[in-house]
Amino acid sequence: MTDFLLELRSEEIPARMQAGARAELEKLFRAQLSAAGLETGELTIWSTPRRLTLIARDLPEATAAVSEELKGPRSSAPPQALEGFLRKTGLTQDQLEERDGVYFAVIDKPGRATSRVLTDTIAHIVRHMPWPKSMRWGKESASSESLRWVRPLSGIVAIFGEELVPCKIGGIEAGFATRGHRFHCPGEITIGSASDYAEKLRACHVIVDHEERQAIIRDGAAKAAADAGLTLVDDEGLVIENAGLTEWPAPLLGRFDEAFLEVPPEVIQLTARVNQKYFVVNGADGKLANGFVCTANIDAVDGGAEIVAGNRKVLAARLSDARFFWEQDQKKTLAQHAEKLANITFHEKLGTVADKVERVAKLAEWLASEGIVPNCDPALARQAAELAKADLVTEMVGEFPELQGLMGGYYARAEGLPDAVADAIRDHYKPVGQGDDVPTAPVTVAVALADKLDTLFGFFREDMFPTGSKDPFALRRAGISSLRLILQNGLKLSTDAAATQWLGQVDPTAPLSETQIAERKILTTIPDFLTERLAVQLRETGVSADVVQASREWNSRDDTRLDRTEARARDLQAFLATEDGTNLLAGYKRAANILKQAGEVSGTAAATPPTEADGALLAALDAAEPAASAAVAEERFTDAMAALASLRAPIDAFFDGVMVNDPDEAVRAYRLGLLSRFTGAVHGVADFSKIEG
Amino acid sequence: MRRRWANAAAIFCTCEGIAAVADGADKTPLSFQDMILTLHNYWSARGCAILQPYDMRVGAGTFHPATTLRSLGPEPWNVAYVQPSRRPTDGRYGENPNRLQHYYQYQVILKPSPADLQEQYLGSLAAIGIDPLLHDIRFVEDDWESPTLGAWGLGWEVWCDGMEVTQFTYFQQMGGFDCKPVAGELTYGLERLAMYIQNVDNVYDLRFSDAVGDVAAVSYGDVFLENERQFSKWNFEVADTDTLFAGFKAAEAECQRAIAANVPLAAYDQAIEASHLFNLLQARGVISVQERANYMARVRDLAKGSCKAWIDSQSERWTAKYPGWTL
Repeated sequence: MTDFLLELRSEEIPARMQAGARAELEKLFRAQLSAAGLETGELTIWSTPRRLTLIARDLPEATAAVSEELKGPRSSAPPQALEGFLRKTGLTQDQLEERDGVYFAVIDKPGRATSRVLTDTIAHIVRHMPWPKSMRWGKESASSESLRWVRPLSGIVAIFGEELVPCKIGGIEAGFATRGHRFHCPGEITIGSASDYAEKLRACHVIVDHEERQAIIRDGAAKAAADAGLTLVDDEGLVIENAGLTEWPAPLLGRFDEAFLEVPPEVIQLTARVNQKYFVVNGADGKLANGFVCTANIDAVDGGAEIVAGNRKVLAARLSDARFFWEQDQKKTLAQHAEKLANITFHEKLGTVADKVERVAKLAEWLASEGIVPNCDPALARQAAELAKADLVTEMVGEFPELQGLMGGYYARAEGLPDAVADAIRDHYKPVGQGDDVPTAPVTVAVALADKLDTLFGFFREDMFPTGSKDPFALRRAGISSLRLILQNGLKLSTDAAATQWLGQVDPTAPLSETQIAERKILTTIPDFLTERLAVQLRETGVSADVVQASREWNSRDDTRLDRTEARARDLQAFLATEDGTNLLAGYKRAANILKQAGEVSGTAAATPPTEADGALLAALDAAEPAASAAVAEERFTDAMAALASLRAPIDAFFDGVMVNDPDEAVRAYRLGLLSRFTGAVHGVADFSKIEG
Repeated sequence: MRRRWANAAAIFCTCEGIAAVADGADKTPLSFQDMILTLHNYWSARGCAILQPYDMRVGAGTFHPATTLRSLGPEPWNVAYVQPSRRPTDGRYGENPNRLQHYYQYQVILKPSPADLQEQYLGSLAAIGIDPLLHDIRFVEDDWESPTLGAWGLGWEVWCDGMEVTQFTYFQQMGGFDCKPVAGELTYGLERLAMYIQNVDNVYDLRFSDAVGDVAAVSYGDVFLENERQFSKWNFEVADTDTLFAGFKAAEAECQRAIAANVPLAAYDQAIEASHLFNLLQARGVISVQERANYMARVRDLAKGSCKAWIDSQSERWTAKYPGWTL
């Protein structure tokens, strides 16, 4: 068993592509070896900006010999068939075996030297590596067939055991030589085998293991900050990016002018992070301090003083720009900025951003004045909605789009707007992702929900639904965010009512028929869409989709209040897990089945319960029906389920004790009537017919 | 083949660090003009023809036909030149220490791109006084695209202690045509680099030339501050937009005429002219967001048309000289 080392050395690979490249390298290598019949055990894959390395341990010296049997034509087949088979296999007729009137050819394939397999594998990897973007270079690029790689490929090291794996691809020949750090050790170094590779490179100022470099940056940056009495603001993305930009990382702490701290901390952090890939630090008070940590790629001869000085200067220039934007933007009020929104198209069919803002303002105002969002001042909701998008046209958000909302919040506070308005402007895009906080402040909730519903209603009205993997306007996300706002705040919002309200405020000039069509479309598609999102959300908490469907239909009509559907679904799922629930569901299914088979009931029902079991069920229904409907009306679904549970024993006893299809028509009619009442009582709580099993 | 290096036990680095900057670091940093002269000498010694700036207003060194047109086709082409570059919207009336509407780019084109292009480039930094064991030099991903030239390439922005000092690009396409072979392009931001080397915070404080005998040193501000004031004003406030619009139209028409007459070099001049007039119109703020894309497409059509005409006029010669070469 022998180890194999492959190093593909190139000019600097973009940091963001290195993780993907490692995964693809592993995939290609395993697939090629597996196709050749070689098992690959443990693989080590490393990357630096200038190399991709693969070490495969314990490969066999050769592939196993295999014997393959091919079935040929019947011996009675025409001679052309046999000739064809002999041509295909390269055998003569006397080499074939004949069994039961059929020819068979046995072909022995000897094992192949692993080294030969590796030669082919390397060529395959170099030709088929799926880089996100690749390029041609050098004099070979005069031909259309020239090699492509992410940046020029400059060398290949391929050693199996201690032997070179010979290969030549696009003018690059594999050898034992690689190069060390670009500045510390630019000369050639010779690798002996997989076992001395990493240590030899380390001696030449290259740490090939990306995870080790990440650890050096993570710990070194934290230590650099701590040594100065500061705390590093953790940023794993930056750790990985800097590890992808260095072969010999050296975190260095620098300071910037304290005067820049008047700019919001998020702006400073973003400037440092996005433009310069620096970490930021907090002071003892937990607030952003005037420090940064940059990651150099050398052990500088002066300990890094010049590097820090240079980086400080660059950061100062960047922060000056940021401060300029901060000051410039505040020369106008948000209301003045908002005027420019009329020049920005939101979507060609949905008007400008200003149009959207007005729709959102109306909807937010309605959510507040109807009390759907409780304790929300409608005037504040409108004001916040009108200003929520104004920061999109500020210089700062133009420079850093990811600060949308946040900057509006800062500018609103700076011009003295109420906190509730500033908070709503800041947070109205929330919740953005699955892990993001859901706003709870009333004005924020009204604006955030109105914004998302407007997006949903608008695109659905224009027939632009998400399909399959295509969701260019992120409508599913808008749906989930709306849902989370509704559920976590317990909003008693009927999506029907919201859609109707929204439709009433748009485009009153559209011809009635079109409006009606659009209206119908929204009113049917929106609840379905949102219920689907709800089912997806609830699935993670163990509530199955059929239970959500059962909870949505209530007394034969859709419940468009998602909060109610959710509460009912959770309680129903819990109820079904109990013994009472399981048995009640079984009883319901049996009853529904009998009723379905009975068809039209003929004959007059008996006036009194024919037996004790009938009487017991009747009494139970008399008690359970009002209890269940009262509980449902007050949205106490656990109580409603408990009321249903009281029917379990009587219905079980009923099925045990009586024959529904009694020969006496009047008795049969009576019992079918009882069962119909029973299923009706169940439907009053949830549509059990939708539940599977 | 046996491994050539058997002593696996001894693990140490035998190579030496990159050669330190010649003559030590305590020497006075190069003046702006000496930096240019040093680069000229450096690239001249590596086989580059040292060209002069193109005599038209352009936004970047890439617009020089020595880059745009000559990066097409199979013929080797190694040149270096300084190109004054005009970006009207970047003007700040001489009041911003980092922004200019007129500045210099140092442009190197090496076709085909040599295998040691990065090393040659790093050697040029050492030549102008940047020690890579004292300063952190990095190649950071930056893909280059010029919508107005229909061109793109892959490469990096080169950082020196966090500051971008050079654009380093392997041209893949120019004017919508594949570069075969690929040319390597180096674009040095001369003012930035000089500010770094001379350690000044304001571009106007750069030493342009050194004092010699009785003749005093000249600063960048001595040469250009008044230009920045006047041209910022002209670009943003004075330039007559009707004339600019008319000029754009005229250049567009003349470009097409020149293409039809099979004089692509002359056609390309008109494409450059149209591009610069478009930049001026932008600075005057008379082109709306919607119109902007339209104007850029018109400039791109001129540039692409000129490139195509250039290829058409040369391809017979190219294929005769380089059998097997195809577009």
